[in-house]
Amino acid sequence: MLNELNLGYIFLSAFIVNNILLIRFLGLCSFIGISTNIKSSIGMGIAVIFVTVMACSISWAVYNYLLLPFHLEYLRTVTFILTIASFVQFEEIIIRKKAPALYKAFGIYLPLITTNCAILASAFLGIDYRLNFLQNLVFALGISAGYCLVIILFASMRERLDTAPVPKNFRGIPIAFIMTGLISLVFLGFKGLFKL
Amino acid sequence: MKKIIEPKNLMLGIWKENPIFYLMLGLCPLLAVSGSLRDALGMGAAFIFVLLGSNITVSVIRKIVPAHVRIPVFIVVIATFVSVIDYSLAAFSPQLHKNLGVYLPLMVVNCILLGRAEAFASKNNVINSALDGIGMGIGFTMAILIIASIRELLGQGTLFGINMLGDNYLPFLIMIMPPGAFIVIGFLIAIKNSIGGKKKC
Repeated sequence: MLNELNLGYIFLSAFIVNNILLIRFLGLCSFIGISTNIKSSIGMGIAVIFVTVMACSISWAVYNYLLLPFHLEYLRTVTFILTIASFVQFEEIIIRKKAPALYKAFGIYLPLITTNCAILASAFLGIDYRLNFLQNLVFALGISAGYCLVIILFASMRERLDTAPVPKNFRGIPIAFIMTGLISLVFLGFKGLFKL
Repeated sequence: MKKIIEPKNLMLGIWKENPIFYLMLGLCPLLAVSGSLRDALGMGAAFIFVLLGSNITVSVIRKIVPAHVRIPVFIVVIATFVSVIDYSLAAFSPQLHKNLGVYLPLMVVNCILLGRAEAFASKNNVINSALDGIGMGIGFTMAILIIASIRELLGQGTLFGINMLGDNYLPFLIMIMPPGAFIVIGFLIAIKNSIGGKKKC
């Protein structure tokens, strides 16, 4: 199980071996939508790292100190989505007041993140794997760094694709998916790194 | 005046505005659980249940919910139905529940559900919203079944676990692994483009 491994392995596992986009298929809507240029991909990637780490830690605490003691595990889904949504809102207000430059850099990506399933998934997975707080933190960091890496990689390839001679019916989204499949094939190779 | 029942609302989701191939929404569960037909069917059924329930509920409460808190209210409604199906499946079909894994609770953030609640159910009456829910649900189920049958047939030579291609078939293993899902959906969208005209982005 994941919770018996050391922190480095947990990070690697979340980062590339079980990459959130390519192996777990989460966060695809934003991935396909935003990866059309590198600049916005970097913005989104960094915003995702920031929010995932914070949101996962908060929902971990909510689950272990609020839901578990009162036997309310069945409220997990409702609680997590509300926690994440309100946290993103709260964070947006704080950043706007305290760090306007950062707020400008994040732009529209911060509110969009609420509906990014990668965030909610990392919160659920951390609970499912029964990680402790530190492991959960590293796990969230790994997942979001994996998202960031792949979206930037993909955006740089997609910019070149615009000039490539692609058959008419494959232009746009279809070729993007097929390309994602090929990168996913490469990432499948990392499975041999260690046994989970 | 709008008519009370418009049967075309049912058909809209199935072909013309199919949530997957036309609107490109809700892709995550589609790719993740389409490795075998059985899981795909379970996911589709769960999806129709949640979409129908949330569409009806949102449509019933649409006049009493203040406009600026409607999104959180819709999310809570959806999350409630998702929790119901999550725990029912865990009780009645533990194997399916295990196979669907984290993708079942993740239906909460599925864009189709919130999208239909916001774009359709919050503006239309209960019967039309129910029809829309069923139509969109069937559209989603159809899409996931198509992808799952291609992947299972090529990847294992079986359909619903029954051997289809004979014992000499060498499984095209990559199809049931993650890359296969991406490649199959890429080809399917290209085929849809060539039949139904290109989607305007």
